[in-house]
Amino acid sequence: MSKQTPSQTVGPFYAIGLTRETLNVMAVEGSQGERIRIEGQVLDGDGVAIPDVMVELWQANSYGRYKHPDDKQGKPLDPTFTGWGRSGTDERCFYSFETIKPGPVPGNDDTVQAPHVNVVIFARGMLVHAFTRIYFDDEAANASDAVLLSIKNKARRRTLIAQRGARDGRTVYRFDIRLQGGIETVFFDM
Amino acid sequence: MMNIKPYNPRDWRSHPPYSFKAYGSSVKRGPLKKLVPLKQTLSEITGPLFSDIQLAPGETDLTRNTDTGKEAMGERIIVVGRVLDEDDKPVPNTLIEIWQANAAGRYQHPVDQHNAPLDPNFTGGGRCVTNDKGEYRYLTIKPGAYPWLNHSNAWRPAHIHLSLFGPSFVTRLVTQFFFPGDPLIPLDPIFNSVPTKSGRERLMASYAHDVTEPEFALGYRFDIVLRGRQATPFEGPQ
Repeated sequence: MSKQTPSQTVGPFYAIGLTRETLNVMAVEGSQGERIRIEGQVLDGDGVAIPDVMVELWQANSYGRYKHPDDKQGKPLDPTFTGWGRSGTDERCFYSFETIKPGPVPGNDDTVQAPHVNVVIFARGMLVHAFTRIYFDDEAANASDAVLLSIKNKARRRTLIAQRGARDGRTVYRFDIRLQGGIETVFFDM
Repeated sequence: MMNIKPYNPRDWRSHPPYSFKAYGSSVKRGPLKKLVPLKQTLSEITGPLFSDIQLAPGETDLTRNTDTGKEAMGERIIVVGRVLDEDDKPVPNTLIEIWQANAAGRYQHPVDQHNAPLDPNFTGGGRCVTNDKGEYRYLTIKPGAYPWLNHSNAWRPAHIHLSLFGPSFVTRLVTQFFFPGDPLIPLDPIFNSVPTKSGRERLMASYAHDVTEPEFALGYRFDIVLRGRQATPFEGPQ
């Protein structure tokens, strides 16, 4: 039995290895499902937006199927959609993704999970990445989602809900991530 | 009934804490609240695999991956290793992304203002994929040490950054490794953020004379261990 290799920070120069290419456009022409943009800022303990942060997403397609051999559901795969994306920040310190809204996926114990996106956050100053989830404020299924319900503090539960809006006729979900201070975003030990 | 075979938890005796005072920028950038436990679901045991990724020919050779056609300056090194899980099973066909400073200790990045020369023949970025035995190999130059502003007269020891995915969402790892004999290592708060001596030792590459190629380059070995998977499934989705 070997022990895990320790995590270390991505540091300030991760772009050289990780974001040289554009990786935040997850949906293309012909991708199935509702096209959405997800964007927001990652805030430090002083409430200041972090420029050298990197966000990665992993999500199911619009049918609720992951592109992975362990997802043995009979739902269709979308050949144009891998479900993975990565974003640094722009000059306003916003991360952003062009994607589709995921469908519901199975949970444990015969439950169904509300549509959500799985999130990893890396930054200069973060020695270990943080895991969180993005849910959508227009989904009734949030009320019965086991992961959301496991968060007893309702104000903190709301930190996982992205707010739907529109810009230039397109759907934009806003999701800010508060690494610490105020109502800190829920991060998971998983 | 589909069964969920979960991955082992993160080993917090191996990983640094979110906040480590000696590394100043960690203090305001890590969660202070207790992490919320999440029982793994289909969302966590799946993840991006990049199994159909096509690497360009130059990506595993950082000494010649600019379009100048010329070779980077510095001491050539060959880095090899294996990616394993906690049960010592190889992690095959997994993507490794690489980034590092040049031989003078300067990154090709606008934020790096260290007054050391840039090398037009070196970007410092590369990628490789493990083979079916979990082995990887790339050619680069040995990075230099460089100053940073964490504390007075602070210098980062020479290191190379690595990013790995493994087979699932929860096996993600970003780390960096160091070179044996570097006197700056014991002074480095990022290295020292790892809470155990054995954990810190697992960030050290070793010199590998069997990898060294005569008249060409020195060899180093760095093995990486990702979270393993539990043998017993628990009841999962239908």
